[in-house]
Amino acid sequence: MGYTITEKILMAHAGRKSIKSGEFVNVKVDFCLGNDITAPFAIQEFEKLGLKKVFDETRIALIPDHFTPAKDLKSANQAKSLAVFAEKYHIQHYWEVGRMGVEHALLPQMGLVKPGDLVIGADSHTCTYGALGAFSCGVGSTDLAAAFATGECWLRVPETIKFVYNGTMNKWVGGKDLILHTIGAIGVSGAQYKAMEFTGPVIKTLPMDDRFSMCNMAIEAGGKNGIIEADAEAVKYVKKAFAKYNPQRKNIKVYTSDKDAVYSKVIEYDVTKLEPMVAMPHLPSNVKEAHKIKDVKVDQVVIGSCTNGRLSDLRIAAKILKNNRVKPWVRLIVIPATQEIYQEAVREGLANIFVHAGGIFSTPSCGPCLGGHLGILAEGERALATTNRNFVGRMGHPKSEVYLSNAAVAAATAVKGKICHPEDVV
Amino acid sequence: MKFKGYAHTFGNDVNTDEILPARYLHTIDPQELASHCMEDADPHFVKKVKPGDMIVAGDNFGCGSSREHAPFAIKASGVSCVIAASFARIFYRNAINIGLPILVSKEAASDVKSGDALEIDTQKGLIKNITKKRDYISDVYPEFIQNIIKADGLMNYIRKKKK
Repeated sequence: MGYTITEKILMAHAGRKSIKSGEFVNVKVDFCLGNDITAPFAIQEFEKLGLKKVFDETRIALIPDHFTPAKDLKSANQAKSLAVFAEKYHIQHYWEVGRMGVEHALLPQMGLVKPGDLVIGADSHTCTYGALGAFSCGVGSTDLAAAFATGECWLRVPETIKFVYNGTMNKWVGGKDLILHTIGAIGVSGAQYKAMEFTGPVIKTLPMDDRFSMCNMAIEAGGKNGIIEADAEAVKYVKKAFAKYNPQRKNIKVYTSDKDAVYSKVIEYDVTKLEPMVAMPHLPSNVKEAHKIKDVKVDQVVIGSCTNGRLSDLRIAAKILKNNRVKPWVRLIVIPATQEIYQEAVREGLANIFVHAGGIFSTPSCGPCLGGHLGILAEGERALATTNRNFVGRMGHPKSEVYLSNAAVAAATAVKGKICHPEDVV
Repeated sequence: MKFKGYAHTFGNDVNTDEILPARYLHTIDPQELASHCMEDADPHFVKKVKPGDMIVAGDNFGCGSSREHAPFAIKASGVSCVIAASFARIFYRNAINIGLPILVSKEAASDVKSGDALEIDTQKGLIKNITKKRDYISDVYPEFIQNIIKADGLMNYIRKKKK
């Protein structure tokens, strides 16, 4: 009997020669992370243990990205606790505002995750790194505290659902649409406790930014992790990141699923007729084709986040916004996911296009995605966002609404003032 | 552990944004978090809930973010136990890790109504509905999880292992 990528990575990190889904294992983690919301809890619990050292100063990242630049006094205190802890325990990977980025865009960019790694993070979208052929999943703050101390984590070995994407993708359709379509088909608990392995000819030609978007939203289907076999494209991405930020790192071990691996289910989609998708309030599974949505006026458009705040998202948005103006009643908020993306967007003139169109171009932050800051919705307001969740009250008032889409739909919507297909503008 | 209290019911896919909205995530103070527990699912929950009461919900309870503030707020609000048809995985492990008792029972999730008086024995996995005079059995925890529960949470479990 063969194994899936997920099973092979868990097996290797549990020091086992065989493994079965449903089993509980203690695994060694290659890397762990927390942010300004989840790490303070972990720090408090770790300090109670009275240890002098963390398990490995080079394998922990603390990223103040959620409520930063600090939105109020309490948030400032929480963010500060990360800086203080990082200094006290010599944590190597801590970034201040100005160098910081949205964690799940930042870590791959910095070459801190590679194929075959096992990463846990006190943030549900930690599943993003599956795009590099790594096993990564969200855990809680107590799990993070335990990992700080032991370098280990308990996990239940998940069954894997294999998703096969066939056909060819239309213009304006990207990874975000593939994953919204998938969540729409299986529901928000359709992959509960399961690994989601994304495969097929469409995935093989999918750019890395789109792969990150897909794996990022595995959690929105209840998945434990999303994973894509690391191919030449993924290895190229990682090697480039190593060369730029981590020249001492070189070894890459790529795991592939065996031909006779056991899947709990195999689901195939032909994406040839797939259109840009929009998730309607209040669940990511509540999807509809963008062109079928009529007369939904929006007050705010957000382009950013760990899902779609990468360079290709900003490029496509700028293409649509160039020589266009945002409708007078719309607030367009563009947030590059990392400082590197920010700088590149300035260099390429993208930032200029956003500002000329009547939008704002912000420093990296998770801010509005979770109703933190930089764009909270008032009662009765409506936003279209390239983020990942549209639960009740997610971006502000419990009586506000969030719609989710790719960056092209978002940019076009800002121009039209109501939800539309990119071709309604271009 | 044995608990007695009244049920407060919720539907499917109750997410962590409803359990503890992000606008309150700038603190880790238990009492402050408790004062906003379930706020966006039921704004009156905090006023209604009495120590020992239970939350009974449908499928996928606690879906969404990894914020441990969610189970922490529930525990700090005096809720003795959460019963659901199923739990989202991060919420499940967070509850186990911080020692908030949770039980999986599809039967109880579909049958219990808000206000029903319940008696729970977590050891036996027995849920007694006093109002309806009915019993439900919950799924048994795997041994691995039982050991964490017996140690009263993950950090104590680690403390014991480190000794």
